[in-house]
Amino acid sequence: MSPKRIVLYFNADTSDKPMIYRLVKDYDLIINIVKANVNPQKEGTMVLEVEGEQSIQGLDYLRNLGVKIEDLNKEIVHNEEKCVMCGACTAICPTGALKLERPSMEVSFNGDECVVCELCIKVCPMKAMEVSL
Amino acid sequence: MGVEKTYAEINARIKSGQAVVVTADELITIVKEKGLSQATREVDVVTTGTFAPMCSSGAFLSLGHTTPRMKMQKVWLNGVPAYSGLAAVDAYIGATEVPEDDPLNGNYPGEFRYGGGHVIQDLVARKPIRMKALAYGTDCYPRREIDTTITIDSINEATLFNPRNAYQNYNCAVNLTDRIIYTYMGMLKPRLGNAHYSTSGQLSPLLKDPNFQTIGIGTRIFLGGGIGYIAWHGTQHFPSIQSVDGKDLGPAGGTLAVIGDLKQMSPRWLVGTSYLGYGATLSVGIGVPIPILNEEIARYAAATDEELFAPIVDYGDDYPSMKPGNLGFISYADLKSGEITVNGRKTKTAPLSSLPRAREIASTLKNWILECQFLINEPVQLLPSPTDGLKSNTLKG
Repeated sequence: MSPKRIVLYFNADTSDKPMIYRLVKDYDLIINIVKANVNPQKEGTMVLEVEGEQSIQGLDYLRNLGVKIEDLNKEIVHNEEKCVMCGACTAICPTGALKLERPSMEVSFNGDECVVCELCIKVCPMKAMEVSL
Repeated sequence: MGVEKTYAEINARIKSGQAVVVTADELITIVKEKGLSQATREVDVVTTGTFAPMCSSGAFLSLGHTTPRMKMQKVWLNGVPAYSGLAAVDAYIGATEVPEDDPLNGNYPGEFRYGGGHVIQDLVARKPIRMKALAYGTDCYPRREIDTTITIDSINEATLFNPRNAYQNYNCAVNLTDRIIYTYMGMLKPRLGNAHYSTSGQLSPLLKDPNFQTIGIGTRIFLGGGIGYIAWHGTQHFPSIQSVDGKDLGPAGGTLAVIGDLKQMSPRWLVGTSYLGYGATLSVGIGVPIPILNEEIARYAAATDEELFAPIVDYGDDYPSMKPGNLGFISYADLKSGEITVNGRKTKTAPLSSLPRAREIASTLKNWILECQFLINEPVQLLPSPTDGLKSNTLKG
Protein backbone atom coordinates (compact mmCIF):
# COMPACT_ATOMS: atom_id res chain seq x y z
CA MET A 1 0.00 0.00 0.00
CA SER A 2 1.41 3.37 -0.97
CA PRO A 3 1.63 6.06 1.69
CA LYS A 4 -1.36 8.31 2.26
CA ARG A 5 -0.82 12.07 1.92
CA ILE A 6 -2.63 14.19 4.48
CA VAL A 7 -2.62 17.72 5.84
CA LEU A 8 -2.80 18.43 9.55
CA TYR A 9 -4.16 21.76 10.80
CA PHE A 10 -3.16 22.65 14.37
CA ASN A 11 -4.73 25.28 16.51
CA ALA A 12 -2.67 27.38 18.89
CA ASP A 13 -3.20 24.95 21.81
CA THR A 14 -2.21 21.73 20.08
CA SER A 15 0.86 22.84 18.19
CA ASP A 16 3.35 22.08 20.98
CA LYS A 17 2.50 18.40 21.66
CA PRO A 18 4.93 15.61 20.54
CA MET A 19 2.42 13.98 18.20
CA ILE A 20 4.76 12.64 15.57
CA TYR A 21 6.68 10.78 18.28
CA ARG A 22 3.42 9.17 19.43
CA LEU A 23 2.43 8.20 15.88
CA VAL A 24 5.75 6.40 15.42
CA LYS A 25 6.10 4.88 18.88
CA ASP A 26 2.52 3.98 19.80
CA TYR A 27 1.04 3.26 16.38
CA ASP A 28 4.15 2.00 14.57
CA LEU A 29 3.60 4.30 11.58
CA ILE A 30 6.14 5.27 8.95
CA ILE A 31 5.98 9.05 8.73
CA ASN A 32 7.49 11.33 6.13
CA ILE A 33 7.08 15.02 6.90
CA VAL A 34 6.71 16.67 3.48
CA LYS A 35 6.37 20.19 4.82
CA ALA A 36 5.68 21.75 8.18
CA ASN A 37 4.84 25.16 9.51
CA VAL A 38 4.53 24.74 13.25
CA ASN A 39 5.32 27.29 15.92
CA PRO A 40 4.57 27.29 19.66
CA GLN A 41 1.21 28.90 20.56
CA LYS A 42 0.35 29.55 16.92
CA GLU A 43 -1.88 27.94 14.34
CA GLY A 44 0.14 25.57 12.19
CA THR A 45 0.01 23.13 9.31
CA MET A 46 1.89 19.98 8.34
CA VAL A 47 1.80 17.78 5.26
CA LEU A 48 2.58 14.12 6.00
CA GLU A 49 2.94 10.86 4.15
CA VAL A 50 1.67 8.13 6.46
CA GLU A 51 2.11 4.37 6.07
CA GLY A 52 1.32 1.53 8.49
CA GLU A 53 -1.35 -0.93 9.64
CA GLN A 54 -2.54 1.27 12.49
CA SER A 55 -2.84 4.48 10.45
CA ILE A 56 -6.59 4.78 11.11
CA GLN A 57 -6.04 4.53 14.88
CA GLY A 58 -3.11 6.94 14.69
CA LEU A 59 -5.16 9.56 12.87
CA ASP A 60 -8.02 9.11 15.33
CA TYR A 61 -5.52 9.85 18.11
CA LEU A 62 -4.66 13.15 16.36
CA ARG A 63 -8.32 14.05 15.87
CA ASN A 64 -8.95 13.47 19.59
CA LEU A 65 -6.27 16.04 20.32
CA GLY A 66 -8.17 18.59 18.21
CA VAL A 67 -6.09 18.32 15.04
CA LYS A 68 -8.06 18.76 11.82
CA ILE A 69 -7.03 16.26 9.13
CA GLU A 70 -7.72 16.38 5.41
CA ASP A 71 -6.61 14.25 2.50
CA LEU A 72 -4.24 15.98 0.14
CA ASN A 73 -5.61 15.03 -3.23
CA LYS A 74 -6.17 18.49 -4.62
CA GLU A 75 -3.96 21.36 -5.57
CA ILE A 76 -4.48 25.10 -5.74
CA VAL A 77 -3.89 26.99 -8.97
CA HIS A 78 -3.25 30.71 -9.29
CA ASN A 79 -5.16 31.99 -12.35
CA GLU A 80 -2.91 34.85 -13.40
CA GLU A 81 -5.39 36.00 -16.05
CA LYS A 82 -7.98 36.76 -13.39
CA CYS A 83 -5.62 37.96 -10.65
CA VAL A 84 -5.36 41.75 -10.41
CA MET A 85 -2.47 41.58 -7.92
CA CYS A 86 -4.46 43.30 -5.19
CA GLY A 87 -2.87 41.29 -2.40
CA ALA A 88 -6.05 40.66 -0.37
CA CYS A 89 -5.06 36.96 0.02
CA THR A 90 -1.55 37.56 1.30
CA ALA A 91 -2.23 38.22 4.98
CA ILE A 92 -4.80 35.38 5.04
CA CYS A 93 -2.67 32.58 3.57
CA PRO A 94 -1.43 30.68 6.66
CA THR A 95 1.77 29.31 5.11
CA GLY A 96 3.07 32.25 3.09
CA ALA A 97 2.53 30.36 -0.18
CA LEU A 98 0.75 33.49 -1.41
CA LYS A 99 2.85 36.56 -0.80
CA LEU A 100 3.67 40.02 -2.09
CA GLU A 101 7.02 40.35 -3.77
CA ARG A 102 8.77 43.57 -2.80
CA PRO A 103 9.30 46.13 -4.21
CA SER A 104 7.11 45.07 -7.17
CA MET A 105 4.14 44.35 -4.84
CA GLU A 106 3.06 41.59 -7.22
CA VAL A 107 1.33 38.54 -5.80
CA SER A 108 3.30 35.31 -6.14
CA PHE A 109 2.10 31.78 -5.44
CA ASN A 110 4.45 28.98 -4.46
CA GLY A 111 2.61 25.65 -4.68
CA ASP A 112 5.34 23.93 -2.64
CA GLU A 113 4.35 26.00 0.39
CA CYS A 114 0.60 25.45 -0.08
CA VAL A 115 -1.29 23.06 2.21
CA VAL A 116 -4.61 23.36 0.33
CA CYS A 117 -6.50 24.95 3.21
CA GLU A 118 -8.58 26.71 0.51
CA LEU A 119 -8.90 29.98 2.42
CA CYS A 120 -7.65 31.86 -0.65
CA ILE A 121 -10.40 30.25 -2.74
CA LYS A 122 -12.94 31.85 -0.44
CA VAL A 123 -11.38 35.24 0.11
CA CYS A 124 -10.03 36.07 -3.37
CA PRO A 125 -12.29 38.93 -4.52
CA MET A 126 -11.66 38.10 -8.20
CA LYS A 127 -12.06 34.30 -7.81
CA ALA A 128 -8.56 33.96 -9.23
CA MET A 129 -7.56 31.05 -6.95
CA GLU A 130 -8.87 27.72 -8.19
CA VAL A 131 -8.90 24.11 -6.99
CA SER A 132 -7.54 21.51 -9.36
CA LEU A 133 -8.42 17.88 -8.60
CA MET B 1 8.54 84.27 -7.06
CA GLY B 2 8.64 80.70 -8.30
CA VAL B 3 7.55 79.25 -11.60
CA GLU B 4 3.91 79.74 -12.65
CA LYS B 5 2.54 77.79 -15.62
CA THR B 6 -0.89 77.85 -17.26
CA TYR B 7 -3.00 75.00 -18.63
CA ALA B 8 -2.63 76.56 -22.10
CA GLU B 9 1.17 76.56 -21.84
CA ILE B 10 1.22 72.94 -20.66
CA ASN B 11 -1.13 71.81 -23.44
CA ALA B 12 0.96 73.68 -26.02
CA ARG B 13 4.01 71.77 -24.82
CA ILE B 14 2.07 68.47 -25.01
CA LYS B 15 1.00 69.26 -28.59
CA SER B 16 4.54 70.16 -29.63
CA GLY B 17 5.91 66.96 -28.10
CA GLN B 18 8.01 68.86 -25.57
CA ALA B 19 6.03 68.21 -22.41
CA VAL B 20 7.73 66.48 -19.51
CA VAL B 21 5.27 63.97 -18.06
CA VAL B 22 6.19 61.73 -15.14
CA THR B 23 4.38 59.43 -12.75
CA ALA B 24 4.00 60.46 -9.10
CA ASP B 25 6.62 57.82 -8.21
CA GLU B 26 9.05 59.36 -10.70
CA LEU B 27 8.35 62.90 -9.46
CA ILE B 28 9.43 61.86 -5.96
CA THR B 29 12.78 60.69 -7.31
CA ILE B 30 13.23 63.87 -9.39
CA VAL B 31 12.48 66.11 -6.38
CA LYS B 32 14.97 64.15 -4.25
CA GLU B 33 17.67 64.44 -6.91
CA LYS B 34 17.16 67.98 -8.20
CA GLY B 35 15.18 69.80 -5.57
CA LEU B 36 11.61 71.11 -5.67
CA SER B 37 12.28 74.31 -7.67
CA GLN B 38 14.10 72.54 -10.47
CA ALA B 39 11.48 69.75 -10.54
CA THR B 40 8.69 72.35 -10.80
CA ARG B 41 10.44 74.04 -13.73
CA GLU B 42 11.07 70.75 -15.56
CA VAL B 43 7.90 68.74 -15.01
CA ASP B 44 4.62 69.71 -16.72
CA VAL B 45 2.28 66.91 -15.67
CA VAL B 46 2.32 64.24 -12.96
CA THR B 47 0.19 61.13 -13.43
CA THR B 48 -1.41 59.14 -10.63
CA GLY B 49 -3.32 55.86 -10.44
CA THR B 50 -5.50 53.68 -8.30
CA PHE B 51 -7.21 50.33 -8.87
CA ALA B 52 -9.47 49.11 -6.11
CA PRO B 53 -13.03 48.10 -5.26
CA MET B 54 -15.28 51.17 -5.49
CA CYS B 55 -18.83 50.30 -4.46
CA SER B 56 -20.54 53.52 -5.46
CA SER B 57 -20.27 52.70 -9.14
CA GLY B 58 -22.74 51.85 -11.85
CA ALA B 59 -23.84 52.44 -15.41
CA PHE B 60 -26.78 54.13 -17.08
CA LEU B 61 -27.99 52.01 -19.98
CA SER B 62 -30.45 53.09 -22.63
CA LEU B 63 -31.63 49.77 -23.96
CA GLY B 64 -33.50 50.78 -27.14
CA HIS B 65 -37.22 50.54 -27.86
CA THR B 66 -39.10 47.31 -28.44
CA THR B 67 -41.88 46.56 -30.92
CA PRO B 68 -44.50 47.21 -29.70
CA ARG B 69 -43.22 49.82 -27.26
CA MET B 70 -42.67 49.02 -23.61
CA LYS B 71 -42.22 51.22 -20.51
CA MET B 72 -39.94 48.95 -18.52
CA GLN B 73 -40.81 48.89 -14.84
CA LYS B 74 -38.52 46.06 -13.72
CA VAL B 75 -35.31 45.11 -15.53
CA TRP B 76 -32.88 42.25 -14.88
CA LEU B 77 -29.47 41.80 -16.50
CA ASN B 78 -28.12 38.25 -16.13
CA GLY B 79 -30.56 37.97 -13.23
CA VAL B 80 -29.30 41.11 -11.48
CA PRO B 81 -31.97 43.80 -10.99
CA ALA B 82 -31.29 47.18 -12.61
CA TYR B 83 -33.09 50.28 -11.38
CA SER B 84 -35.59 51.36 -14.02
CA GLY B 85 -37.54 54.11 -12.33
CA LEU B 86 -36.47 56.31 -15.23
CA ALA B 87 -37.85 56.85 -18.73
CA ALA B 88 -39.23 53.90 -20.72
CA VAL B 89 -36.07 51.99 -21.65
CA ASP B 90 -33.46 53.58 -19.39
CA ALA B 91 -31.96 51.70 -16.45
CA TYR B 92 -29.10 52.01 -13.97
CA ILE B 93 -27.14 48.91 -13.03
CA GLY B 94 -25.47 49.42 -9.67
CA ALA B 95 -22.20 47.65 -8.80
CA THR B 96 -23.40 46.12 -5.53
CA GLU B 97 -26.78 44.82 -6.71
CA VAL B 98 -27.18 41.02 -6.44
CA PRO B 99 -29.73 38.59 -7.88
CA GLU B 100 -32.96 38.23 -5.89
CA ASP B 101 -32.27 34.50 -5.45
CA ASP B 102 -28.74 35.02 -4.09
CA PRO B 103 -28.50 33.32 -0.68
CA LEU B 104 -26.76 36.49 0.60
CA ASN B 105 -25.48 35.97 4.14
CA GLY B 106 -28.16 33.33 4.78
CA ASN B 107 -25.34 30.90 4.16
CA TYR B 108 -22.77 32.85 6.20
CA PRO B 109 -20.33 34.00 5.02
CA GLY B 110 -22.06 34.55 1.67
CA GLU B 111 -20.01 34.31 -1.51
CA PHE B 112 -21.72 36.99 -3.64
CA ARG B 113 -20.23 35.47 -6.77
CA TYR B 114 -22.15 37.56 -9.31
CA GLY B 115 -23.55 41.06 -8.98
CA GLY B 116 -23.91 44.38 -10.77
CA GLY B 117 -20.14 44.85 -10.97
CA HIS B 118 -19.84 41.55 -12.81
CA VAL B 119 -22.64 42.58 -15.20
CA ILE B 120 -20.69 45.77 -15.97
CA GLN B 121 -17.50 43.79 -16.58
CA ASP B 122 -19.35 41.34 -18.86
CA LEU B 123 -20.96 44.24 -20.74
CA VAL B 124 -17.64 45.98 -21.31
CA ALA B 125 -16.09 42.62 -22.30
CA ARG B 126 -18.74 42.61 -25.06
CA LYS B 127 -20.29 39.38 -23.78
CA PRO B 128 -23.98 38.74 -24.46
CA ILE B 129 -26.17 39.63 -21.48
CA ARG B 130 -29.61 38.10 -20.89
CA MET B 131 -32.08 40.91 -20.37
CA LYS B 132 -35.56 40.49 -18.94
CA ALA B 133 -38.10 43.22 -18.25
CA LEU B 134 -41.64 43.54 -16.98
CA ALA B 135 -44.10 46.39 -17.41
CA TYR B 136 -47.69 47.19 -16.47
CA GLY B 137 -48.60 48.42 -19.95
CA THR B 138 -49.97 51.78 -21.00
CA ASP B 139 -51.82 53.03 -24.07
CA CYS B 140 -48.57 54.35 -25.53
CA TYR B 141 -46.34 51.54 -24.18
CA PRO B 142 -48.51 48.40 -24.35
CA ARG B 143 -45.90 45.63 -24.16
CA ARG B 144 -45.69 43.89 -20.79
CA GLU B 145 -42.67 41.64 -20.93
CA ILE B 146 -39.50 40.81 -22.80
CA ASP B 147 -36.76 38.16 -22.49
CA THR B 148 -33.90 38.83 -24.86
CA THR B 149 -30.14 39.17 -25.23
CA ILE B 150 -28.24 42.44 -25.44
CA THR B 151 -24.62 43.41 -25.87
CA ILE B 152 -22.98 46.74 -25.15
CA ASP B 153 -22.98 47.39 -28.90
CA SER B 154 -26.65 46.53 -29.41
CA ILE B 155 -27.92 49.12 -26.91
CA ASN B 156 -27.98 52.87 -27.50
CA GLU B 157 -25.97 54.30 -24.66
CA ALA B 158 -23.90 52.83 -21.85
CA THR B 159 -22.55 55.54 -19.57
CA LEU B 160 -20.50 54.69 -16.53
CA PHE B 161 -21.47 57.10 -13.78
CA ASN B 162 -19.92 56.45 -10.40
CA PRO B 163 -21.21 58.72 -7.64
CA ARG B 164 -18.28 58.03 -5.30
CA ASN B 165 -14.87 56.78 -6.41
CA ALA B 166 -11.19 57.26 -5.67
CA TYR B 167 -11.43 57.85 -1.92
CA GLN B 168 -8.59 60.17 -1.03
CA ASN B 169 -7.43 58.00 1.85
CA TYR B 170 -8.81 55.00 3.67
CA ASN B 171 -8.79 53.23 6.99
CA CYS B 172 -6.35 50.50 7.81
CA ALA B 173 -8.80 47.85 9.06
CA VAL B 174 -8.12 45.48 11.96
CA ASN B 175 -10.23 43.22 14.14
CA LEU B 176 -9.90 43.38 17.94
CA THR B 177 -12.64 40.81 18.63
CA ASP B 178 -12.18 37.08 19.22
CA ARG B 179 -13.96 35.96 16.05
CA ILE B 180 -13.27 36.15 12.32
CA ILE B 181 -15.17 38.97 10.66
CA TYR B 182 -16.02 39.42 6.98
CA THR B 183 -16.03 43.05 5.88
CA TYR B 184 -15.68 45.22 2.82
CA MET B 185 -12.04 45.41 3.95
CA GLY B 186 -11.75 41.65 3.48
CA MET B 187 -11.58 38.83 5.99
CA LEU B 188 -10.14 40.11 9.24
CA LYS B 189 -8.71 37.53 11.61
CA PRO B 190 -9.39 37.81 15.34
CA ARG B 191 -7.15 39.58 17.85
CA LEU B 192 -5.29 41.74 15.32
CA GLY B 193 -4.57 38.72 13.09
CA ASN B 194 -4.08 40.92 10.02
CA ALA B 195 -4.41 44.54 8.88
CA HIS B 196 -5.87 45.52 5.50
CA TYR B 197 -5.49 48.87 3.73
CA SER B 198 -6.75 50.14 0.42
CA THR B 199 -5.01 52.97 -1.35
CA SER B 200 -1.97 53.10 -3.59
CA GLY B 201 -0.37 55.62 -1.19
CA GLN B 202 2.03 57.99 -2.93
CA LEU B 203 0.52 57.10 -6.31
CA SER B 204 -3.10 57.70 -5.28
CA PRO B 205 -4.82 60.60 -7.12
CA LEU B 206 -6.41 62.60 -4.31
CA LEU B 207 -3.49 62.14 -1.90
CA LYS B 208 -1.46 64.18 -4.39
CA ASP B 209 -3.69 67.27 -4.53
CA PRO B 210 -4.91 67.59 -0.94
CA ASN B 211 -6.37 71.07 -1.35
CA PHE B 212 -8.00 70.43 -4.74
CA GLN B 213 -5.93 73.09 -6.47
CA THR B 214 -6.08 71.32 -9.86
CA ILE B 215 -8.81 68.66 -9.61
CA GLY B 216 -12.33 69.80 -10.45
CA ILE B 217 -15.43 69.44 -12.59
CA GLY B 218 -14.41 68.61 -16.14
CA THR B 219 -10.94 67.24 -15.32
CA ARG B 220 -10.19 64.62 -17.98
CA ILE B 221 -9.06 61.32 -16.43
CA PHE B 222 -8.19 57.68 -17.11
CA LEU B 223 -11.40 55.82 -16.25
CA GLY B 224 -11.89 52.08 -16.60
CA GLY B 225 -9.24 51.86 -19.32
CA GLY B 226 -10.76 54.67 -21.39
CA ILE B 227 -11.20 58.39 -21.06
CA GLY B 228 -13.58 59.81 -18.49
CA TYR B 229 -14.25 63.03 -16.67
CA ILE B 230 -14.75 64.24 -13.14
CA ALA B 231 -18.45 65.13 -12.99
CA TRP B 232 -18.71 66.51 -9.48
CA HIS B 233 -17.30 65.89 -6.05
CA GLY B 234 -18.18 62.39 -4.90
CA THR B 235 -20.81 61.62 -2.28
CA GLN B 236 -19.43 61.90 1.26
CA HIS B 237 -16.78 64.37 0.03
CA PHE B 238 -15.57 65.73 3.36
CA PRO B 239 -11.94 66.62 2.73
CA SER B 240 -9.66 67.42 5.63
CA ILE B 241 -6.00 67.42 6.56
CA GLN B 242 -5.25 64.84 9.26
CA SER B 243 -2.99 65.93 12.08
CA VAL B 244 -1.82 64.72 15.45
CA ASP B 245 -0.11 67.12 17.88
CA GLY B 246 0.29 69.65 15.09
CA LYS B 247 2.00 67.15 12.75
CA ASP B 248 0.51 67.02 9.24
CA LEU B 249 -0.37 63.39 8.43
CA GLY B 250 -1.68 64.05 4.93
CA PRO B 251 -5.20 64.45 3.61
CA ALA B 252 -8.33 62.30 3.92
CA GLY B 253 -12.00 62.40 3.09
CA GLY B 254 -12.14 63.66 -0.50
CA THR B 255 -14.00 61.66 -3.18
CA LEU B 256 -14.83 61.95 -6.89
CA ALA B 257 -17.96 61.45 -8.95
CA VAL B 258 -16.80 60.31 -12.39
CA ILE B 259 -18.44 59.75 -15.75
CA GLY B 260 -17.46 58.26 -19.10
CA ASP B 261 -18.62 56.29 -22.13
CA LEU B 262 -18.59 52.62 -21.05
CA LYS B 263 -18.32 51.53 -24.68
CA GLN B 264 -14.67 52.67 -24.90
CA MET B 265 -13.60 51.14 -21.57
CA SER B 266 -12.01 47.77 -20.90
CA PRO B 267 -12.77 44.67 -18.77
CA ARG B 268 -9.17 44.82 -17.54
CA TRP B 269 -9.97 48.04 -15.69
CA LEU B 270 -13.58 47.37 -14.59
CA VAL B 271 -13.53 44.08 -12.75
CA GLY B 272 -16.47 42.41 -11.01
CA THR B 273 -15.45 41.75 -7.42
CA SER B 274 -16.84 39.56 -4.60
CA TYR B 275 -16.16 40.13 -0.93
CA LEU B 276 -16.81 37.05 1.18
CA GLY B 277 -19.56 37.72 3.70
CA TYR B 278 -19.99 41.29 2.47
CA GLY B 279 -21.19 41.60 -1.09
CA ALA B 280 -20.51 42.16 -4.77
CA THR B 281 -18.85 45.28 -6.12
CA LEU B 282 -16.73 46.65 -8.95
CA SER B 283 -13.00 47.32 -8.98
CA VAL B 284 -12.32 50.48 -10.95
CA GLY B 285 -9.11 51.82 -12.44
CA ILE B 286 -8.73 55.59 -12.21
CA GLY B 287 -5.83 57.87 -13.08
CA VAL B 288 -5.85 61.63 -12.64
CA PRO B 289 -3.26 63.95 -14.24
CA ILE B 290 -1.98 66.78 -12.08
CA PRO B 291 -0.64 69.78 -14.00
CA ILE B 292 2.38 71.23 -12.21
CA LEU B 293 1.29 74.88 -12.27
CA ASN B 294 3.54 76.00 -9.43
CA GLU B 295 5.90 74.85 -6.70
CA GLU B 296 3.18 74.30 -4.10
CA ILE B 297 1.30 71.89 -6.38
CA ALA B 298 4.58 70.08 -7.10
CA ARG B 299 5.37 69.81 -3.41
CA TYR B 300 2.04 68.14 -2.66
CA ALA B 301 2.30 65.87 -5.72
CA ALA B 302 5.72 64.74 -4.47
CA ALA B 303 4.42 63.61 -1.05
CA THR B 304 5.92 60.22 -0.19
CA ASP B 305 4.58 57.09 1.48
CA GLU B 306 6.52 58.19 4.59
CA GLU B 307 4.47 61.43 4.74
CA LEU B 308 1.00 59.98 4.05
CA PHE B 309 -0.88 58.23 6.85
CA ALA B 310 -3.96 56.05 7.29
CA PRO B 311 -5.97 55.80 10.50
CA ILE B 312 -6.07 52.29 12.03
CA VAL B 313 -9.68 51.35 12.78
CA ASP B 314 -11.21 48.34 14.57
CA TYR B 315 -13.85 46.80 12.31
CA GLY B 316 -14.85 44.29 14.98
CA ASP B 317 -16.67 46.77 17.17
CA ASP B 318 -15.71 50.45 16.73
CA TYR B 319 -16.59 50.75 13.03
CA PRO B 320 -19.97 48.95 13.07
CA SER B 321 -21.07 50.78 16.23
CA MET B 322 -20.05 54.21 14.81
CA LYS B 323 -17.62 54.84 17.64
CA PRO B 324 -15.42 57.83 16.78
CA GLY B 325 -11.63 57.78 17.00
CA ASN B 326 -9.03 55.26 15.94
CA LEU B 327 -6.13 53.13 17.16
CA GLY B 328 -3.54 55.58 15.83
CA PHE B 329 -2.12 56.49 12.44
CA ILE B 330 0.29 54.48 10.30
CA SER B 331 2.30 55.61 7.27
CA TYR B 332 1.87 54.01 3.86
CA ALA B 333 5.58 53.21 3.96
CA ASP B 334 4.95 51.05 7.03
CA LEU B 335 1.76 49.56 5.57
CA LYS B 336 3.57 48.57 2.37
CA SER B 337 6.44 46.99 4.36
CA GLY B 338 4.20 44.01 5.20
CA GLU B 339 4.15 44.31 8.98
CA ILE B 340 3.00 46.97 11.45
CA THR B 341 2.58 47.19 15.22
CA VAL B 342 -0.90 47.91 16.60
CA ASN B 343 -1.59 48.09 20.34
CA GLY B 344 1.92 46.74 20.89
CA ARG B 345 1.31 43.67 18.74
CA LYS B 346 2.92 42.91 15.39
CA THR B 347 0.50 42.12 12.59
CA LYS B 348 0.77 41.32 8.88
CA THR B 349 -0.52 43.93 6.44
CA ALA B 350 -2.07 43.39 3.03
CA PRO B 351 -3.54 45.78 0.46
CA LEU B 352 -6.93 45.46 -1.23
CA SER B 353 -5.86 48.04 -3.80
CA SER B 354 -3.53 46.74 -6.51
CA LEU B 355 -0.27 48.68 -6.60
CA PRO B 356 0.99 46.96 -9.79
CA ARG B 357 -2.25 47.99 -11.54
CA ALA B 358 -2.03 51.54 -10.11
CA ARG B 359 1.48 51.83 -11.52
CA GLU B 360 0.26 50.56 -14.88
CA ILE B 361 -2.49 53.22 -14.92
CA ALA B 362 -0.06 56.04 -14.07
CA SER B 363 2.35 54.95 -16.81
CA THR B 364 -0.46 54.40 -19.36
CA LEU B 365 -1.82 57.88 -18.70
CA LYS B 366 1.70 59.28 -18.99
CA ASN B 367 2.08 57.64 -22.41
CA TRP B 368 -1.31 58.91 -23.60
CA ILE B 369 -0.22 62.47 -22.75
CA LEU B 370 3.24 62.05 -24.29
CA GLU B 371 1.62 60.70 -27.47
CA CYS B 372 -0.71 63.72 -27.50
CA GLN B 373 -3.84 61.55 -27.22
CA PHE B 374 -4.84 63.24 -23.99
CA LEU B 375 -4.77 66.95 -23.15
CA ILE B 376 -5.16 68.47 -19.69
CA ASN B 377 -8.58 70.06 -19.08
CA GLU B 378 -8.80 73.14 -16.92
CA PRO B 379 -11.67 72.42 -14.51
CA VAL B 380 -14.89 74.40 -14.93
CA GLN B 381 -14.92 74.63 -11.14
CA LEU B 382 -12.57 73.18 -8.54
CA LEU B 383 -13.94 70.72 -5.99
CA PRO B 384 -14.58 71.83 -2.39
CA SER B 385 -11.32 71.83 -0.42
CA PRO B 386 -10.64 71.24 3.30
CA THR B 387 -11.09 74.96 3.98
CA ASP B 388 -14.70 74.79 2.74
CA GLY B 389 -15.43 72.80 5.88
CA LEU B 390 -17.94 70.26 4.49
CA LYS B 391 -19.14 68.07 7.35
CA SER B 392 -20.86 64.71 7.49
CA ASN B 393 -24.43 64.28 8.76
CA THR B 394 -25.64 61.11 10.42
CA LEU B 395 -29.07 59.62 10.04
CA LYS B 396 -31.41 59.72 13.01
CA GLY B 397 -33.60 56.79 13.78
